[in-house]
Amino acid sequence: MTDLTASAIADHAPLLQTVGLTRHFRIGGLFSNAKLHAVDDLSLTIRPREIVAVVGESGSGKSTIARLLAKVYEPTDGDILFRGRSLHDVKSRRDVLAYRGQVPMVLQDPFASLNPVHTIGYALDRGLALHQPTLTATEREAEAIRALEAVGLSPARQVLAKYPHEMSGGQRQRVGFAQALSYKPKLVLADEPVSMLDVSIRIGVLNLMARLCEEEGISFLYITHDIASARYVAHRIVVMYAGRVAETGPTEEVLRRPVHPYTRLLLSAVPDPKAPITITAADTGEPPRVVNPGPGCRFRQRCPLAIAICATVTPDLTEAVVPGHMAACHVTAPEAGMVA
Amino acid sequence: MSDAILDVRDVVVEYTTSGEPARAVDHVSFTLDRGEFLGIVGESGCGKSTLLFAIAQLLSPPAQLVSGEVIFKGRNMVGLREGELRSIRWRDYSVVMQSAMNALNPVKTVSAQFDDTMRAHGQTNAAGIRTRSREVMALVGIDAIHLKSYPHQLSGGMRQRVMIAMALLLSPDLVVMDEPTSALDVVAQRSLMVQIKELQRKLGFAVIFVTHDMSLVGHFSDRLAVMYAGKIVEIGPTRPLFAAPQHPYTRGLLDSFPSVYGPKVALKGIPGSPPDLTDLPSGCRFRPRCGSVMARCAEVEPALYPSGDTRARCLLFEETV
Ligand SMILES: Nc1ncnc2c1ncn2[C@@H]1O[C@H](COP(=O)(O)OP(=O)(O)O)[C@@H](O)[C@H]1O
Ligand SMILES: Nc1ncnc2c1ncn2[C@@H]1O[C@H](COP(=O)(O)OP(=O)(O)O)[C@@H](O)[C@H]1O
Ligand code: SF4
Ligand code: SF4
Ligand SMILES: [Mg+2]
Ligand SMILES: [Mg+2]
Repeated sequence: MTDLTASAIADHAPLLQTVGLTRHFRIGGLFSNAKLHAVDDLSLTIRPREIVAVVGESGSGKSTIARLLAKVYEPTDGDILFRGRSLHDVKSRRDVLAYRGQVPMVLQDPFASLNPVHTIGYALDRGLALHQPTLTATEREAEAIRALEAVGLSPARQVLAKYPHEMSGGQRQRVGFAQALSYKPKLVLADEPVSMLDVSIRIGVLNLMARLCEEEGISFLYITHDIASARYVAHRIVVMYAGRVAETGPTEEVLRRPVHPYTRLLLSAVPDPKAPITITAADTGEPPRVVNPGPGCRFRQRCPLAIAICATVTPDLTEAVVPGHMAACHVTAPEAGMVA
Repeated sequence: MSDAILDVRDVVVEYTTSGEPARAVDHVSFTLDRGEFLGIVGESGCGKSTLLFAIAQLLSPPAQLVSGEVIFKGRNMVGLREGELRSIRWRDYSVVMQSAMNALNPVKTVSAQFDDTMRAHGQTNAAGIRTRSREVMALVGIDAIHLKSYPHQLSGGMRQRVMIAMALLLSPDLVVMDEPTSALDVVAQRSLMVQIKELQRKLGFAVIFVTHDMSLVGHFSDRLAVMYAGKIVEIGPTRPLFAAPQHPYTRGLLDSFPSVYGPKVALKGIPGSPPDLTDLPSGCRFRPRCGSVMARCAEVEPALYPSGDTRARCLLFEETV
């Protein structure tokens, strides 16, 4: 399956592209042939200077996508192209380290991602020595200082001497971004970078991503379960449900005219006092663990619009009203000739 | 105030480790009516959990209640012996913690834990316990089959529901909840909030709900108290407080979460971070972060002044006589 978004805007060569990307996990012991489908048939495009949000509930496959893109997991099927080159060809330790320098990850837990016994300066220096081996010690320090200043941690020289416990959660998350930034990355994989932070601090980290994208030309894959924060920073949005893309497109377009019933559910869940007061019956469902799935829409058990065909045919992503806006639903985005 | 079920009077709690004591709750007072839903919001470290623990009489060293009274159903709970408290807890009020994983016993099934709680309150009829266990599971929308489950076999959302079911076993008049949804996804969070609200309406218990996410309680609480560095800095009915926040800190909190409605606007959040409780700034403790700061703010510690429909601890609203 090809990504129509990419071909529609062909003048922007994609920075990273996935083709039918799939990752299954074998579960249930040695003799079991149960396979958990964490990600199925994902076609995703990220362009230079673009923030793409991947949105979905826990278990929908978001972290698996990040780990596939970071080359922590190998795909079960499909391919990842970075600047046109297949990651299958990125094999040697040197190449992998160089790739991870260009596509670093920022993790959810700012408390776990820094070693408590080392200073911030030490952590930044070690990372740089690994990913930018040609730099001298002086150059590494200059780069670390530049990165700390770019994420708003100043005076940078003093920050270098600090230990993680001397910093707040928001500051530690900024250190995570500074580390990624010091590698001069093209694309940062940010896996729920704000979900463990206080609401009052989150907005600063989101603003930081937007600024780094604008000023330094870095692309971001922003992973979140909060569609409101995705709207705030992302140019495009990919809504995942149980390992498959439910809907994707330009952020404002998807939010103004959500097509997939699941996107509508996510939108209705945003805690927002500005929203009309509708305290409707709670949706108490959760995404299923997808083990050896048959055909059919994975959202059907929770879907208020499900019809017979939803249980037998997997809906494909089809173009909605606007180019690049696609949804996978037999009822709200039927393929031509599929349903009367 | 004949309808008040809880009257918190001038409560002060300090943590005494080495050096200066940290005053995590500093002269907090409020009342709660029967069946009322009060939200308490503020950033991490502002004293929300400490206040809840003080109300529930669950403080342990190094935390110490320095002064104040907690009048619950007409009786001062401060100074009650542990035995007396144990008979009230779960029956008259219950507590739902942030992490169900910490509050539930990992090696006991849900039904065994329900059983323990009910037996501790003199319910010994096995059939009666079984029936009630099924009832509360039905209340929170979990299949009774999960009474046989261990905590780790349940999803995060289900565990929080089980905690709420347990809190309701003995039909208390007050349920205090400490960020029960903050480990959950937005969808699970929303569905739990709706469920808590429906139960509260149906069963009529009062709720104190603590969260760092002010937007979460916007549709659910009757009244809201905003805490900053150990003090209530604004308190009032929820709707007006959202529509016209008075205190600069409340305005900052409201400027911290993006909306999915209306035009997209750039947000600033609140610069800086809360003060060290052992080394507070003079005058108003929000001063170093406040965009409306005046010279007087360094000299005078503000009281709560009426303003709009709420009361706010800010010198902008001081009565000038
Ligand atoms: N290493 C693994 N082994 C087995 N199952 C896994 C592994 N990693 C993820 N999964 C499963 O894949 C699914 C997607 O997980 P994940 O990508 O972590 O989702 P999310 O980040 O959206 O919460 C889940 O059902 C999860 O249990
Ligand atoms: N175990 C402890 N020892 C010493 N100080 C503590 C302890 N727990 C909390 N504190 C102090 O009390 C303040 C309030 O903590 P807490 O009530 O947990 O805040 P909140 O629930 O609003 O995040 C903290 O900022 C900290 O200074
Ligand atoms: S395909 Fe069917 S079950 Fe799936 S979202 Fe559409 S209507 Fe619902
Ligand atoms: S008293 Fe002064 S510093 Fe404090 S909130 Fe009001 S204006 Fe700001
Ligand atoms: Mg994840
Ligand atoms: Mg707390």
